[in-house]
Amino acid sequence: MNGAHDMGGMHGFGPVEPEPNEPVFHGEWEKRAFALTLAMGMPGGWNIDMSRFARENRPPGDYLSMTYYQIWLAGLIDLMKERGLVSDDEIAAGHSLRPAKPVKRVLSPADVAQTLHRGGPTARETNSKAAFAAGDKVRAKVINPLTHTRLPRYVRGRVGVIESVRGCHVFPDSNSQGLGEDPRWLYTVKFDGRELWGADTDPTLSVSIDAWEPYLVRA
Amino acid sequence: MSGHDHHDHHHDHDHSELSETQLRVRALETVLTEKGYVDPAALDVLIETYEKKVGPRNGARVVAKAWADPAYRERLLKNGTPAIAEVGYAGRQGEHIVAVENTPKRHNMVVCTLCSCYPWPVLGLPPVWYKAAPYRARAVNDPRGVLADFGVALPQDTEIRVWDSTAELRYLVIPMRPAGTEGWSEEKLAELVTRDSMIGTGLAKSPADLK
Repeated sequence: MNGAHDMGGMHGFGPVEPEPNEPVFHGEWEKRAFALTLAMGMPGGWNIDMSRFARENRPPGDYLSMTYYQIWLAGLIDLMKERGLVSDDEIAAGHSLRPAKPVKRVLSPADVAQTLHRGGPTARETNSKAAFAAGDKVRAKVINPLTHTRLPRYVRGRVGVIESVRGCHVFPDSNSQGLGEDPRWLYTVKFDGRELWGADTDPTLSVSIDAWEPYLVRA
Repeated sequence: MSGHDHHDHHHDHDHSELSETQLRVRALETVLTEKGYVDPAALDVLIETYEKKVGPRNGARVVAKAWADPAYRERLLKNGTPAIAEVGYAGRQGEHIVAVENTPKRHNMVVCTLCSCYPWPVLGLPPVWYKAAPYRARAVNDPRGVLADFGVALPQDTEIRVWDSTAELRYLVIPMRPAGTEGWSEEKLAELVTRDSMIGTGLAKSPADLK
């Protein structure tokens, strides 16, 4: 979706403001929101692409006025409400008002280290052949899906060069919609800064994205 | 040392705005606990892991080893994930790590314009600025301006390469090894490696900075 999350190249946000000696979390609620989000992945049963879509899928004004963990919290609540795991009246009451839905697994304290260590690798075996090789010129397609995609607006329609072939990976555009992992070849595609931003761009700049094969056509 | 130090005081944010969120998070945790979906003790372990165990000191050890051991550097650049696992770091948000090396000719900078992708096992959780609009918007078209915000100026002919983390690959920048560190132990070298130097918004410290 063409949401406010897709920020590459936008103007007007002002300088980057590093915070000296920044703590890992700013206050107790950020800790709990972070941990709830990670812990609910197991009983909730959604995947990372669904989570990303749940976070970005909100009105641009809302997205831009929320802090990072407020966005995580809103995304988490949306995912749970869609699955009937929790409802607004329960959050307002601060108590469960209905019986729990059966869930597959709950994260136990003893599981945490192993679950984090396992992570969620996205590389998949394939019998298919990669359509592109390092050095090939490709154009990023012009697409405007209402659903989740990882092709940023600032590269759409632009020509770049395949720098690396990264193997076959779970395709977020399908996985986010519950259409299965649909693994596709993934490439690092390098663009000259002037191709992206115009002739007066710093000539020393190049930018790469990681793009799945369906995002690309030969140029 | 940057980024992962702990401080006892928190900045006072806008209480009236945050109190609503604080209450909402507390209510949600109670509901989810009553329903048996979450075990609060597991939440505590998750928080402790990222507050105390996983942070940029991990990445600094990897970089220091790459500086000190040419064979390790080669393995790291060729295939980051197993090389980083040799040092003991792996897992969530670091399943596919690619190490990229700064040289006098080329400076690398990492961003996630679409969200906040970041190599957790080696750098911990990202700082607020990495996740916020100014950095995500500007890193890809004005990286020298971003570097200036961090007080860093590079020669005009240094090539700048920005890596936008749009998939599940996670990028770790290996900063240039500072001069005057010949013969240093990995442990001492690691003290020179800042979090920002591994994102590409900073440079490694010089020996004089440690004094």
